[in-house]
Amino acid sequence: MFDIGIGHYLTLGAVIFTIGVVGIFLNRKNVIVILMSIELILLAVNINLVSFSIFLNDLSGQIFTLFILTVAAAEAAIGLAIIVVYYRNSGTIRVEEIDNLKG
Amino acid sequence: MPAHAFFFYVFSLIAIVSAIMVTASKNTVHSVFFLILDFISISCLFILIGAEFLGMIMLIVYVGAVAVLFLFVVMMLNVAQQKNQWFGATSGSKHIPVGMIVSLIIFFELLIVIGGWKLKPDLTNDFINLSTSGATNTHSIGNVLYTDYIHLFQLSGMILLVAMIGAIVLTFRQRTGLKRQSYISQISREKDNGVELVNVKNKVGVKIDV
Repeated sequence: MFDIGIGHYLTLGAVIFTIGVVGIFLNRKNVIVILMSIELILLAVNINLVSFSIFLNDLSGQIFTLFILTVAAAEAAIGLAIIVVYYRNSGTIRVEEIDNLKG
Repeated sequence: MPAHAFFFYVFSLIAIVSAIMVTASKNTVHSVFFLILDFISISCLFILIGAEFLGMIMLIVYVGAVAVLFLFVVMMLNVAQQKNQWFGATSGSKHIPVGMIVSLIIFFELLIVIGGWKLKPDLTNDFINLSTSGATNTHSIGNVLYTDYIHLFQLSGMILLVAMIGAIVLTFRQRTGLKRQSYISQISREKDNGVELVNVKNKVGVKIDV
Protein backbone atom coordinates (compact mmCIF):
# COMPACT_ATOMS: atom_id res chain seq x y z
CA MET A 1 0.00 0.00 0.00
CA PHE A 2 2.69 2.50 0.98
CA ASP A 3 5.30 1.07 -1.34
CA ILE A 4 4.59 2.77 -4.63
CA GLY A 5 5.79 0.60 -7.50
CA ILE A 6 5.35 0.59 -11.22
CA GLY A 7 2.00 -1.15 -10.87
CA HIS A 8 0.45 1.90 -9.20
CA TYR A 9 1.48 4.17 -12.03
CA LEU A 10 0.34 1.69 -14.67
CA THR A 11 -3.02 1.38 -12.95
CA LEU A 12 -3.37 5.16 -12.93
CA GLY A 13 -2.58 5.18 -16.63
CA ALA A 14 -5.16 2.47 -17.29
CA VAL A 15 -7.83 4.37 -15.34
CA ILE A 16 -7.21 7.62 -17.20
CA PHE A 17 -7.08 5.78 -20.54
CA THR A 18 -10.43 4.16 -19.82
CA ILE A 19 -11.95 7.49 -18.81
CA GLY A 20 -10.79 8.95 -22.11
CA VAL A 21 -12.31 6.03 -24.05
CA VAL A 22 -15.58 6.42 -22.14
CA GLY A 23 -15.54 10.13 -22.96
CA ILE A 24 -15.28 9.34 -26.66
CA PHE A 25 -17.96 6.65 -26.58
CA LEU A 26 -20.58 8.39 -24.52
CA ASN A 27 -20.16 11.93 -25.74
CA ARG A 28 -23.43 13.71 -26.43
CA LYS A 29 -22.07 17.24 -26.49
CA ASN A 30 -19.68 18.73 -28.99
CA VAL A 31 -16.62 17.54 -30.82
CA ILE A 32 -14.24 19.58 -28.66
CA VAL A 33 -14.87 17.22 -25.74
CA ILE A 34 -13.88 14.32 -28.00
CA LEU A 35 -10.58 16.08 -28.74
CA MET A 36 -10.07 16.57 -25.00
CA SER A 37 -10.69 12.85 -24.45
CA ILE A 38 -8.01 12.09 -27.05
CA GLU A 39 -5.66 14.32 -25.07
CA LEU A 40 -6.52 12.31 -21.95
CA ILE A 41 -5.69 9.07 -23.77
CA LEU A 42 -2.33 10.44 -24.91
CA LEU A 43 -1.69 11.56 -21.34
CA ALA A 44 -2.29 8.03 -20.07
CA VAL A 45 0.16 6.68 -22.64
CA ASN A 46 2.69 9.26 -21.45
CA ILE A 47 2.22 8.10 -17.87
CA ASN A 48 2.93 4.52 -18.90
CA LEU A 49 6.05 5.46 -20.87
CA VAL A 50 7.49 7.64 -18.12
CA SER A 51 6.85 5.11 -15.36
CA PHE A 52 8.48 2.32 -17.36
CA SER A 53 11.38 4.64 -18.14
CA ILE A 54 11.96 5.43 -14.49
CA PHE A 55 11.47 1.97 -13.07
CA LEU A 56 13.55 0.19 -15.72
CA ASN A 57 16.27 2.87 -15.64
CA ASP A 58 16.04 3.49 -19.38
CA LEU A 59 15.85 6.95 -20.90
CA SER A 60 14.15 6.01 -24.18
CA GLY A 61 10.70 6.20 -22.64
CA GLN A 62 11.10 9.85 -21.77
CA ILE A 63 12.38 10.62 -25.28
CA PHE A 64 9.31 8.96 -26.75
CA THR A 65 7.12 10.91 -24.36
CA LEU A 66 8.60 14.08 -25.81
CA PHE A 67 7.69 12.95 -29.32
CA ILE A 68 4.17 12.01 -28.24
CA LEU A 69 3.87 15.48 -26.73
CA THR A 70 4.83 16.99 -30.08
CA VAL A 71 2.33 14.89 -32.00
CA ALA A 72 -0.39 15.67 -29.45
CA ALA A 73 0.18 19.41 -29.82
CA ALA A 74 0.08 19.17 -33.62
CA GLU A 75 -3.04 17.03 -33.50
CA ALA A 76 -4.81 19.47 -31.19
CA ALA A 77 -3.96 22.40 -33.47
CA ILE A 78 -5.15 20.65 -36.63
CA GLY A 79 -8.26 19.25 -34.95
CA LEU A 80 -9.30 22.60 -33.55
CA ALA A 81 -8.72 24.23 -36.95
CA ILE A 82 -10.98 21.62 -38.57
CA ILE A 83 -13.62 22.24 -35.89
CA VAL A 84 -13.46 26.00 -36.48
CA VAL A 85 -13.90 25.53 -40.24
CA TYR A 86 -16.77 23.12 -39.71
CA TYR A 87 -18.50 25.50 -37.32
CA ARG A 88 -18.06 28.31 -39.82
CA ASN A 89 -19.62 26.26 -42.59
CA SER A 90 -22.48 24.54 -40.80
CA GLY A 91 -23.07 26.53 -37.64
CA THR A 92 -22.91 23.61 -35.25
CA ILE A 93 -20.38 21.19 -33.86
CA ARG A 94 -22.79 19.06 -31.87
CA VAL A 95 -22.11 15.38 -32.25
CA GLU A 96 -25.70 14.45 -33.03
CA GLU A 97 -26.06 17.04 -35.76
CA ILE A 98 -22.88 16.12 -37.60
CA ASP A 99 -24.37 13.41 -39.77
CA ASN A 100 -23.38 14.37 -43.29
CA LEU A 101 -22.03 10.89 -43.97
CA LYS A 102 -25.21 9.19 -42.80
CA GLY A 103 -26.72 7.21 -45.65
CA MET B 1 8.44 5.96 1.69
CA PRO B 2 5.14 7.17 3.14
CA ALA B 3 5.56 10.72 1.83
CA HIS B 4 5.92 9.47 -1.73
CA ALA B 5 2.87 7.28 -1.29
CA PHE B 6 0.86 10.14 0.20
CA PHE B 7 1.68 12.53 -2.63
CA PHE B 8 1.11 9.82 -5.23
CA TYR B 9 -2.36 9.08 -3.92
CA VAL B 10 -3.27 12.77 -3.63
CA PHE B 11 -2.14 13.67 -7.15
CA SER B 12 -3.56 10.56 -8.80
CA LEU B 13 -6.91 11.05 -7.03
CA ILE B 14 -7.05 14.64 -8.29
CA ALA B 15 -6.06 13.46 -11.77
CA ILE B 16 -8.72 10.75 -11.92
CA VAL B 17 -11.50 12.94 -10.55
CA SER B 18 -10.67 15.78 -12.91
CA ALA B 19 -10.47 13.35 -15.85
CA ILE B 20 -13.97 12.17 -15.00
CA MET B 21 -15.11 15.77 -14.76
CA VAL B 22 -13.61 16.54 -18.19
CA THR B 23 -15.92 14.05 -19.83
CA ALA B 24 -18.91 14.52 -17.54
CA SER B 25 -19.31 18.22 -16.92
CA LYS B 26 -22.13 19.99 -18.72
CA ASN B 27 -20.22 23.13 -19.54
CA THR B 28 -17.41 22.83 -22.04
CA VAL B 29 -15.45 25.66 -20.42
CA HIS B 30 -15.51 23.70 -17.17
CA SER B 31 -14.21 20.69 -19.09
CA VAL B 32 -11.24 22.72 -20.24
CA PHE B 33 -10.59 23.89 -16.67
CA PHE B 34 -10.60 20.31 -15.41
CA LEU B 35 -8.34 19.31 -18.30
CA ILE B 36 -5.84 21.92 -17.09
CA LEU B 37 -6.11 20.56 -13.54
CA ASP B 38 -5.53 17.06 -14.87
CA PHE B 39 -2.41 18.10 -16.77
CA ILE B 40 -1.02 19.91 -13.74
CA SER B 41 -1.52 16.95 -11.41
CA ILE B 42 0.02 14.54 -13.92
CA SER B 43 3.03 16.80 -14.31
CA CYS B 44 3.32 16.88 -10.50
CA LEU B 45 3.37 13.07 -10.65
CA PHE B 46 6.13 13.18 -13.26
CA ILE B 47 8.20 15.47 -11.04
CA LEU B 48 7.49 13.18 -8.09
CA ILE B 49 8.65 10.10 -9.98
CA GLY B 50 11.87 11.76 -11.09
CA ALA B 51 11.21 12.99 -14.63
CA GLU B 52 11.48 16.69 -13.88
CA PHE B 53 12.13 17.84 -17.43
CA LEU B 54 9.05 16.12 -18.81
CA GLY B 55 6.92 17.47 -15.98
CA MET B 56 7.94 21.01 -16.78
CA ILE B 57 7.58 20.47 -20.53
CA MET B 58 4.10 19.08 -19.97
CA LEU B 59 3.25 22.15 -17.95
CA ILE B 60 4.48 24.45 -20.73
CA VAL B 61 3.13 22.57 -23.73
CA TYR B 62 -0.15 21.24 -22.43
CA VAL B 63 -1.27 23.89 -19.96
CA GLY B 64 0.38 26.82 -21.67
CA ALA B 65 -0.42 25.99 -25.27
CA VAL B 66 -2.90 23.19 -25.84
CA ALA B 67 -5.37 23.95 -23.06
CA VAL B 68 -5.33 27.66 -23.82
CA LEU B 69 -5.96 26.79 -27.49
CA PHE B 70 -8.96 24.71 -26.41
CA LEU B 71 -10.19 27.56 -24.27
CA PHE B 72 -9.85 29.99 -27.17
CA VAL B 73 -11.82 27.76 -29.51
CA VAL B 74 -14.53 26.99 -26.96
CA MET B 75 -15.07 30.66 -26.20
CA MET B 76 -14.84 31.70 -29.86
CA LEU B 77 -17.39 29.17 -31.09
CA ASN B 78 -19.89 29.96 -28.33
CA VAL B 79 -20.71 26.35 -27.62
CA ALA B 80 -20.06 26.50 -23.91
CA GLN B 81 -23.59 25.92 -22.70
CA GLN B 82 -25.35 23.01 -24.25
CA LYS B 83 -28.93 22.16 -23.54
CA ASN B 84 -28.46 18.44 -23.92
CA GLN B 85 -26.34 16.97 -21.25
CA TRP B 86 -24.16 13.95 -21.11
CA PHE B 87 -26.74 11.23 -20.73
CA GLY B 88 -29.30 13.11 -22.75
CA ALA B 89 -32.52 11.21 -23.03
CA THR B 90 -33.28 12.48 -26.50
CA SER B 91 -31.47 10.29 -28.93
CA GLY B 92 -28.45 8.10 -29.14
CA SER B 93 -28.91 6.80 -25.61
CA LYS B 94 -28.91 3.31 -27.05
CA HIS B 95 -25.14 3.58 -27.34
CA ILE B 96 -24.61 4.03 -23.62
CA PRO B 97 -24.85 0.40 -22.38
CA VAL B 98 -22.67 -0.94 -25.19
CA GLY B 99 -20.15 1.85 -24.69
CA MET B 100 -19.99 1.20 -20.96
CA ILE B 101 -19.55 -2.56 -21.48
CA VAL B 102 -16.79 -2.07 -24.05
CA SER B 103 -15.00 0.44 -21.81
CA LEU B 104 -15.18 -1.89 -18.82
CA ILE B 105 -13.79 -4.73 -20.93
CA ILE B 106 -10.94 -2.48 -22.06
CA PHE B 107 -10.21 -1.52 -18.44
CA PHE B 108 -10.14 -5.09 -17.19
CA GLU B 109 -7.96 -6.16 -20.09
CA LEU B 110 -5.52 -3.42 -19.17
CA LEU B 111 -5.61 -4.56 -15.54
CA ILE B 112 -4.90 -8.15 -16.58
CA VAL B 113 -1.94 -6.98 -18.65
CA ILE B 114 -0.62 -4.84 -15.78
CA GLY B 115 -0.91 -7.70 -13.32
CA GLY B 116 0.57 -10.34 -15.58
CA TRP B 117 3.63 -9.01 -17.35
CA LYS B 118 7.14 -10.06 -16.52
CA LEU B 119 10.47 -8.76 -17.79
CA LYS B 120 12.77 -10.80 -19.92
CA PRO B 121 15.88 -11.67 -17.88
CA ASP B 122 18.40 -10.27 -20.37
CA LEU B 123 16.34 -7.21 -21.25
CA THR B 124 18.60 -4.59 -19.72
CA ASN B 125 21.47 -5.09 -22.13
CA ASP B 126 20.98 -2.23 -24.54
CA PHE B 127 19.32 0.30 -22.28
CA ILE B 128 20.26 3.94 -22.29
CA ASN B 129 20.93 4.42 -18.64
CA LEU B 130 18.99 7.07 -16.83
CA SER B 131 21.61 8.65 -14.62
CA THR B 132 25.14 8.53 -15.89
CA SER B 133 27.62 9.94 -13.41
CA GLY B 134 25.18 12.10 -11.54
CA ALA B 135 23.94 14.14 -14.48
CA THR B 136 20.55 15.75 -14.08
CA ASN B 137 17.47 14.52 -15.88
CA THR B 138 17.53 17.41 -18.34
CA HIS B 139 21.21 16.90 -19.04
CA SER B 140 20.87 13.21 -19.78
CA ILE B 141 17.78 13.74 -21.96
CA GLY B 142 19.72 16.32 -23.97
CA ASN B 143 22.64 13.94 -24.30
CA VAL B 144 20.42 11.28 -25.81
CA LEU B 145 17.95 13.46 -27.72
CA TYR B 146 20.54 15.43 -29.66
CA THR B 147 22.71 12.45 -30.54
CA ASP B 148 20.82 9.20 -30.94
CA TYR B 149 17.43 10.67 -31.73
CA ILE B 150 18.45 13.73 -33.73
CA HIS B 151 16.64 12.65 -36.90
CA LEU B 152 13.42 11.97 -35.04
CA PHE B 153 13.84 15.29 -33.30
CA GLN B 154 14.10 17.16 -36.59
CA LEU B 155 11.22 15.12 -37.97
CA SER B 156 9.04 16.19 -35.05
CA GLY B 157 9.96 19.77 -35.87
CA MET B 158 8.73 19.13 -39.40
CA ILE B 159 5.50 17.72 -37.98
CA LEU B 160 4.98 20.92 -36.03
CA LEU B 161 5.68 22.99 -39.15
CA VAL B 162 3.17 20.99 -41.17
CA ALA B 163 0.61 21.35 -38.39
CA MET B 164 1.14 25.09 -38.27
CA ILE B 165 0.80 25.49 -42.03
CA GLY B 166 -2.23 23.22 -42.05
CA ALA B 167 -3.98 25.16 -39.30
CA ILE B 168 -3.31 28.45 -41.06
CA VAL B 169 -4.47 27.15 -44.45
CA LEU B 170 -7.61 25.63 -42.94
CA THR B 171 -8.75 28.67 -41.03
CA PHE B 172 -7.63 31.36 -43.47
CA ARG B 173 -10.58 33.13 -45.03
CA GLN B 174 -10.34 35.40 -48.02
CA ARG B 175 -13.02 38.02 -47.59
CA THR B 176 -14.56 39.55 -50.71
CA GLY B 177 -15.75 43.11 -50.97
CA LEU B 178 -13.16 44.39 -48.56
CA LYS B 179 -11.11 47.45 -49.45
CA ARG B 180 -7.52 46.96 -48.48
CA GLN B 181 -4.49 49.14 -48.86
CA SER B 182 -2.32 47.88 -51.74
CA TYR B 183 1.24 49.08 -51.53
CA ILE B 184 2.13 47.81 -55.00
CA SER B 185 -0.58 49.76 -56.75
CA GLN B 186 0.23 52.86 -54.69
CA ILE B 187 3.90 52.79 -55.52
CA SER B 188 3.50 51.87 -59.18
CA ARG B 189 1.09 54.71 -59.85
CA GLU B 190 2.50 57.02 -62.50
CA LYS B 191 1.63 60.36 -63.98
CA ASP B 192 0.11 58.85 -67.11
CA ASN B 193 -2.62 56.86 -65.44
CA GLY B 194 -2.94 59.01 -62.37
CA VAL B 195 -3.47 62.49 -63.79
CA GLU B 196 -5.80 63.50 -66.56
CA LEU B 197 -5.72 66.88 -68.17
CA VAL B 198 -9.14 68.21 -69.05
CA ASN B 199 -9.98 71.16 -71.20
CA VAL B 200 -12.60 73.06 -69.27
CA LYS B 201 -15.10 74.94 -71.41
CA ASN B 202 -16.14 78.34 -70.29
CA LYS B 203 -19.43 78.48 -68.37
CA VAL B 204 -19.96 74.73 -68.72
CA GLY B 205 -17.56 73.31 -66.22
CA VAL B 206 -16.48 69.75 -66.07
CA LYS B 207 -18.18 66.68 -64.73
CA ILE B 208 -15.92 64.54 -62.63
CA ASP B 209 -16.67 60.85 -62.23
CA VAL B 210 -14.89 59.22 -59.44
